[in-house]
Amino acid sequence: MRVIARVENLTKHYFLEGEVVKALRGVTLSFEEGDFVALMGPSGSGKSTLLNLLGCLDRPTSGRYFLGNQDVSTMTDDQLSEIRSRYIGFIFQSYNLIQQYTVVENIEVPMLYQGKVDASTRRRCIRLAEMVGLGERLNHRPTQLSGGQQQRVAIARALVNDPHVILADEPTGNLDSKTSDEIMELLCTLNEAGKTIIMVTHENDIAAWARRVVRMRDGKVESDVRTAPLTSPGSTLASVMP
Amino acid sequence: MIFLTKIRRTVSMAVRNLWLHKLRSFLSVLGIIIGTAAVISLMAFGEGSMQDALEDIKKQGLTNVIVTSVKPPEEATSQRRSFVANYGLTDDDHRRFVETLKNLVTATLPMRVFPAELRPVTDSRLYNGRVVGTTPRHAIVYKLEHMIAAGRFLTEQDEEPIPRNVCVIGSELAAELFPGEDPINKTIRISGKDRAFVVVGVLKDRMPNTSGAEIEKYNGDMYIPLKACRSLLGEISFIRATGARGAEKVQLSQVVLTVDDSGDTDTVRDRVRGVADIVRTQLSATHPKKDWDIRIPLDRLEEAERTRDRYRILLAFIAGISLLVGGIGIMNIMLATVTERTREIGIRRALGAKRSDITLQFLLEAVVQTTLGGVIGVLVGLSMVFLVPYVASQFNYRVPAAIHNWSIILAFSVAVAVGILFGWYPARRAACLDPIEALRHE
Ligand SMILES: Nc1ncnc2c1ncn2[C@@H]1O[C@H](COP(=O)(O)OP(=O)(O)OP(=O)(O)O)[C@@H](O)[C@H]1O
Ligand SMILES: [Mg+2]
Repeated sequence: MRVIARVENLTKHYFLEGEVVKALRGVTLSFEEGDFVALMGPSGSGKSTLLNLLGCLDRPTSGRYFLGNQDVSTMTDDQLSEIRSRYIGFIFQSYNLIQQYTVVENIEVPMLYQGKVDASTRRRCIRLAEMVGLGERLNHRPTQLSGGQQQRVAIARALVNDPHVILADEPTGNLDSKTSDEIMELLCTLNEAGKTIIMVTHENDIAAWARRVVRMRDGKVESDVRTAPLTSPGSTLASVMP
Repeated sequence: MIFLTKIRRTVSMAVRNLWLHKLRSFLSVLGIIIGTAAVISLMAFGEGSMQDALEDIKKQGLTNVIVTSVKPPEEATSQRRSFVANYGLTDDDHRRFVETLKNLVTATLPMRVFPAELRPVTDSRLYNGRVVGTTPRHAIVYKLEHMIAAGRFLTEQDEEPIPRNVCVIGSELAAELFPGEDPINKTIRISGKDRAFVVVGVLKDRMPNTSGAEIEKYNGDMYIPLKACRSLLGEISFIRATGARGAEKVQLSQVVLTVDDSGDTDTVRDRVRGVADIVRTQLSATHPKKDWDIRIPLDRLEEAERTRDRYRILLAFIAGISLLVGGIGIMNIMLATVTERTREIGIRRALGAKRSDITLQFLLEAVVQTTLGGVIGVLVGLSMVFLVPYVASQFNYRVPAAIHNWSIILAFSVAVAVGILFGWYPARRAACLDPIEALRHE
């Protein structure tokens, strides 16, 4: 399988009032296309830090990061924005929708920053909203939706630019177990359709949905276990992905 | 194309955000509204009254030099204690002007003016007006060609060979003495004199002249040939009108010299000054008392123009200050908005927004505010410009106003510029937020 993201000896240090916080102390990992990875570990072990680096929201203190075959670790701020808008989809624990926007408009935001908004992107956004089960609520605002529905909007938004990889930081952290399962089912379907997903979670039963579990401790990889085989994309791809 | 779409999206987004906080947005642009409205209306009223003043001066003829007789201070005459006050310009003065200035001056207009009670011969109606002894050139010097409502102005034939007893009268005098009648060929008598004058012409309404020592209400004037005036009055006129009593011996009340206006402005300007200087020297030499005065409309024009320029500078200063205050209001609210929407900024950055996208978004929000403020300000300013003169006119006040297109464009573009200027810093601050920090913001 093709490797789509690779980090080599990645470190990240934070400088706080003269003190150095070593959030990552040399992480080497590679992620294959179509994989579904769960990042686990105790609080403060550096999971979010790693995910933010993978999402090009931040730059490492040292080490290298290749996304596809591009070296991302030396890029400028504008280039990183470009990478985020084209190749990355984010899902956050607290949904992070824009409050003033409707469901469709929220899904559309990444396209806005790619400079691609027209009638066809609007149609695509509507189809994505329908796919995540919000076809009836296209013009609702985030405050009018439940947590689970908001996270569905976030998932649709993460898909709209057809990213190389979807990064999710505790996507079910704010949801009850039934809604969590629904969200995980959705993510699983996407993965089966070929989407690469890297997800941070604390819970074992959420991690059980993944194909590979990476455990971290003190800024280092503690263990890396494949729990399910990596299969080639199912025939459902066309039917699921707009 | 992409850029335009982005702008359109961002603007509609900005409008929506402003609409979300109607009161707050309104209060934050109030400074801009007041500033713009103040500039528009002050500019209109200022320009209006300046224009009035300039028109007034121009009406007196910019190439004219006006020499008038002035009663000298009392103590100068009281030594002799004569009953008749003898002062002012003489026919000799006039003759000397004509001789020495014949190459510089195209027309000289001697005039004799005195207040009088005027009444129709057939009627007991009465009007306190002014008799002006003058020559046909009066029409040229005072530009009366298009001001004749009926009949004609005085002609050479009214003077030579024997002066005729004819007159041309102002509109108000005509209306007062002959209400509802045609005044032409009617006869007017001057109280205390035994001669009557036949009306040969009536003038249209004229704006009073406010630039001299006293206001001249032309509409109550009765113009008669200067020669007839002299044979009527002799040298002495007795003043009985308006409470004053006494007799005066004034040969000429006023001489207007129209300077040759050929050549460029500077040449004409110097020529006017030169004529004034010659007149001054001549009169100083021949008159022991200062019983004359000289008025140069051109000087007054330059003075008025300087005043106007000073007013404009002052106005620019006021505009600057009020828009500065408005701009600070905008900056304040934008900084608050950026803090309030930090998380939104983080989300947008995570989804691919560049720093420039964020800058554009908040800058446009500021500009949309100040532009709306500018539009409202212009409308408020314009309605003041129409309303204030109207209200004032209800109380018989005249507030002249002149709106220039450029004042609207100026006020408006300054408002937009204020948005860019004062929106820049908050927008940059928004753009430079760290995306991760911003996402963590509550
Ligand atoms: N901006 C920052 N400044 C200073 N220290 C930071 C910063 N961000 C993270 N850290 C530190 O880096 C370490 C790793 O943090 P990180 O958020 O990656 O942990 P995590 O594994 O996601 O934990 P959790 O499961 O609680 O979310 C922590 O010790 C944290 O205090
Ligand atoms: Mg975390």
